[in-house]
Amino acid sequence: MRRRDGRAPDQLRPMKFEVGILKNADGSAYVEMGLTKVIAAVYGPKEPHPRHILMPDRAVLRARYHMAPFSVTEERKSPAPSRREIELSKVIKEALSAAVLLKQFPRTVIDVYIEVLNAYGSTRVASINAASLALADAGIPMRDLVAAVSVGKMGGELILDVDDYEDKYGEADVPIAMMPGRGEITLLQMDGLLTPEEFIRALELAKKGIMEVYELQRKALREKYEAIWREYGF
Amino acid sequence: MVSFKDFIIPRVKKDYIISLLEKGRRVDGRGFEEYRKMEIKVGVIDNADGSAQVKLGDTFVVVGIKSSIGEPYPDEPNKGVFIVNAEFPPVASPSFEPGPPDENAIELARVVDRGIRESNFIELEKLVIVPGSKVRLIWVDIYVLNHDGNLIDASSYAAVAALLSTKLPKVVVGDDGRLEKLEEREPLPLRGVPIHVTHAKINGKILVDPTLEEESIMEARLTMAVTEDGKICAVQKGGIGSFTMDEVKAVMENTLKLAPTIRERILGAVKGGQV
Repeated sequence: MRRRDGRAPDQLRPMKFEVGILKNADGSAYVEMGLTKVIAAVYGPKEPHPRHILMPDRAVLRARYHMAPFSVTEERKSPAPSRREIELSKVIKEALSAAVLLKQFPRTVIDVYIEVLNAYGSTRVASINAASLALADAGIPMRDLVAAVSVGKMGGELILDVDDYEDKYGEADVPIAMMPGRGEITLLQMDGLLTPEEFIRALELAKKGIMEVYELQRKALREKYEAIWREYGF
Repeated sequence: MVSFKDFIIPRVKKDYIISLLEKGRRVDGRGFEEYRKMEIKVGVIDNADGSAQVKLGDTFVVVGIKSSIGEPYPDEPNKGVFIVNAEFPPVASPSFEPGPPDENAIELARVVDRGIRESNFIELEKLVIVPGSKVRLIWVDIYVLNHDGNLIDASSYAAVAALLSTKLPKVVVGDDGRLEKLEEREPLPLRGVPIHVTHAKINGKILVDPTLEEESIMEARLTMAVTEDGKICAVQKGGIGSFTMDEVKAVMENTLKLAPTIRERILGAVKGGQV
């Protein structure tokens, strides 16, 4: 089966990963997964405001997933956070917290801000890919990068990296994030209908995609330092 | 912001729970694959179109259904509308504060919504009164009255039981095109009951139906919703820990094993409540 955009069922969209793109942030990244374009910035570890959120033995990681009003294919989205954005902010925060060594920075907060600039399917996984790179770019110690993809089902077949059309007209959507080096799943959601066998196959297909994303993330990080290396003539 | 993390248990208690888990036991004597005692009652709110209360151990949730008539979503003009909302009023826990639903309440509502919606439990296409312009809106309001863990499952069972007990006023379109609500009522068109099952992971052990104490020390939780014909219709992982592939499979298998019994219990309670 060929997909609407010509991809094979287990093929990712063209991807682009860049780190260190925002001067003011402690760490930042830009990610494209096909037409989905996301930017992430990390500020911290820093003093928490309000102070009552601080934890005596660890840092608190906060995440804000936000879609720009112009990012959607439908009519302008209100910039006020929707219930969907609040839920996604929560699961993204949890997916990243699993990887960050929070106990190294007690009594601080790490803020992760994600802006979806153009939404064309799988925005939450693109956000996680960008945010995890931004955390690494900020030099925050992590157990592993967090890499994410979504698996869908269309025309009875499982497909990797769901785009907007496949999300709207597909039969299921399974976003998954992992720490690939450790084989641990830090985000797992699903809607739609899958048999138990399909669900397990979806996890396996996701893992394959996640390994590819992981490679691209590592390459983006390496490139940043290689550029500095070259600049100083080594 | 209210947070489940506001519920903190003493370290000795945590160590005690974990040392018991290591021996395959839980504080309340349950097995790892065992639910707490569950009580389901329908028709508890007279003024609602449908209602149910669920007690799962000391967790206590009431769900009320209200229907109204309104416009369909523009992208689904020939379907009724179904909305789930969850409130954590301050009566339920010292860690709940008054205010609009926080991220936990929103997540709860959206996970319950997802299981019910994706299983096609409500036949939304049968809730159209005037195609494209007038449809029934079904409001599911989840009210947590006492929080002792596993709010997702308790809320989902209460929501499903409430929907099963719902009787909507019949609506007819008059000659002048105006809608008229009749005294006569009809059941909500439903098919196949979705069941949510939540497992928690504590110190690498997987156990079903966590109490608040267990939730306060869990690494992560995993909720799966399954349809009557054994398909997965919703999944949600929560918490800042992780699951391995094998753990996800184990959770799925246990969910598929437990769901039919829970479904029987809900259907039995609904039947018993409607004399």
